[in-house]
Amino acid sequence: MARKNEHYEESLLGRLDRWTQSGESGLDQRMMDDLASPPPPAASLPQKELERRMDRDDRMKHHMLLQEQATYDRIRTWGSVRGSRFFRRAYIVLAVLFCLALIAVLLRATATLPPFGNPDNPMHNDVARRYIEDGMEETGAVNLVAGMILDYRAFDTLGESNVLFTAVCAVLILLRISKEHSDATAMLELEADDRMYEPQDDLILQTMVRLLVPLILLFGIYVILNGHISPGGGFSGGAVMGAGLILYLNAFGFEKAERFFTFRTFQTVSVISLSFYALSKSYSFFTGANHLPSIIQTGIPGKIFSAGLIPYLNIAVGLVVCCTMYALYTLFRKGDL
Amino acid sequence: MTGVHFLEDLSAHLAEISAIILFGIGITLLMLSRNMIKKNIGFSMTDSAIYLFLAAKGYISGRKAPIVVDGIEQMAYYINPIPAGLVLTGIVVSVASSAVLLALTVRLYRQYHTLDIDEITSLAQKEEEV
Repeated sequence: MARKNEHYEESLLGRLDRWTQSGESGLDQRMMDDLASPPPPAASLPQKELERRMDRDDRMKHHMLLQEQATYDRIRTWGSVRGSRFFRRAYIVLAVLFCLALIAVLLRATATLPPFGNPDNPMHNDVARRYIEDGMEETGAVNLVAGMILDYRAFDTLGESNVLFTAVCAVLILLRISKEHSDATAMLELEADDRMYEPQDDLILQTMVRLLVPLILLFGIYVILNGHISPGGGFSGGAVMGAGLILYLNAFGFEKAERFFTFRTFQTVSVISLSFYALSKSYSFFTGANHLPSIIQTGIPGKIFSAGLIPYLNIAVGLVVCCTMYALYTLFRKGDL
Repeated sequence: MTGVHFLEDLSAHLAEISAIILFGIGITLLMLSRNMIKKNIGFSMTDSAIYLFLAAKGYISGRKAPIVVDGIEQMAYYINPIPAGLVLTGIVVSVASSAVLLALTVRLYRQYHTLDIDEITSLAQKEEEV
């Protein structure tokens, strides 16, 4: 700014301006002198009267300023007080109307759909017929849904497992608190938030967990291993096992849980499972898909070692889901694995 | 279509109607509530509504789940297995997405110490101005 001023004063326009301001005559100079000197009548007035006048002027000025300020404030805060309330109400009304209109449109569309539970609906077409009538021979799985998602559409399930793994990675990036970079008091605060007001070693919970967790884990393993024979599979069994591990963690705390599940465990198990899945399915893609002969036998449907790759893929998916559930829980609770 | 016909048509789709109403409730919650956790709940509700709708579309009255029993492999005995597989996919993806959403909410709370989306927006604007 100062630099600009200098420029201006040196420039032609600045000099012209100064010349018109001061002029050749000393008139302006005299006027300035007059203004600078104190007004003569003020000195003749008594001191008290002078103060009173000044006071009155000040108060009037102050009052006008206040009024101006209030007007400005009203205009400026309208958007955040009354205006925001007005927009909020309008938004609520519009949102409810929009949702009601959406429901009405969807209901109108639903009325034209084919009836519920009717076997002749167009969606029960040849694809479903093929899965039901030839699925058991082609995949060896008694559970046709398992045969469908782990054989016909196994790439889809690989994508799902990868979505879960990616979700854990995203949560890890967002929530992980590194122990090296945060100081001791912050860690203590986190610990207090987590466990201070909870019973530390609850005897009832620990006794029940000693009984229950082996059974829960066994049930999860059963559901995973029987995924191709009975209802179940990698996703449900993995969720059961993850829930068992979370129950164990809640009863015994992080010190004991970290003996068998750390970040390294999670990394190793997830990566090995996903790699196994990807490799075995790409093998099947190159040899078995499109009715090319496959080396892997489907076996006798109903036996535990049957259905080709499906039981192994179920195990891989189950391990990924189990690790994911446990990792998500510990990340949300402690910020670390 | 007259009103009576419309109602008759609707009465054949009770499962789909409940799915649509659940979807509407979820969208309303998503739009109206300022609390981030409630927004997440609304999001999960819309997910569940879509799964209910898909499962209802796959059902055929009086038939069994598609697990071969006694070697019967005929279309007339089992329901459609395709929506079941689709719903399985959807559930897994919704678990993943709600985990990421909740993690983002936790980070927002750590930064601004509030869950109100409007307050968070105004605080973020103030931060940008500084």
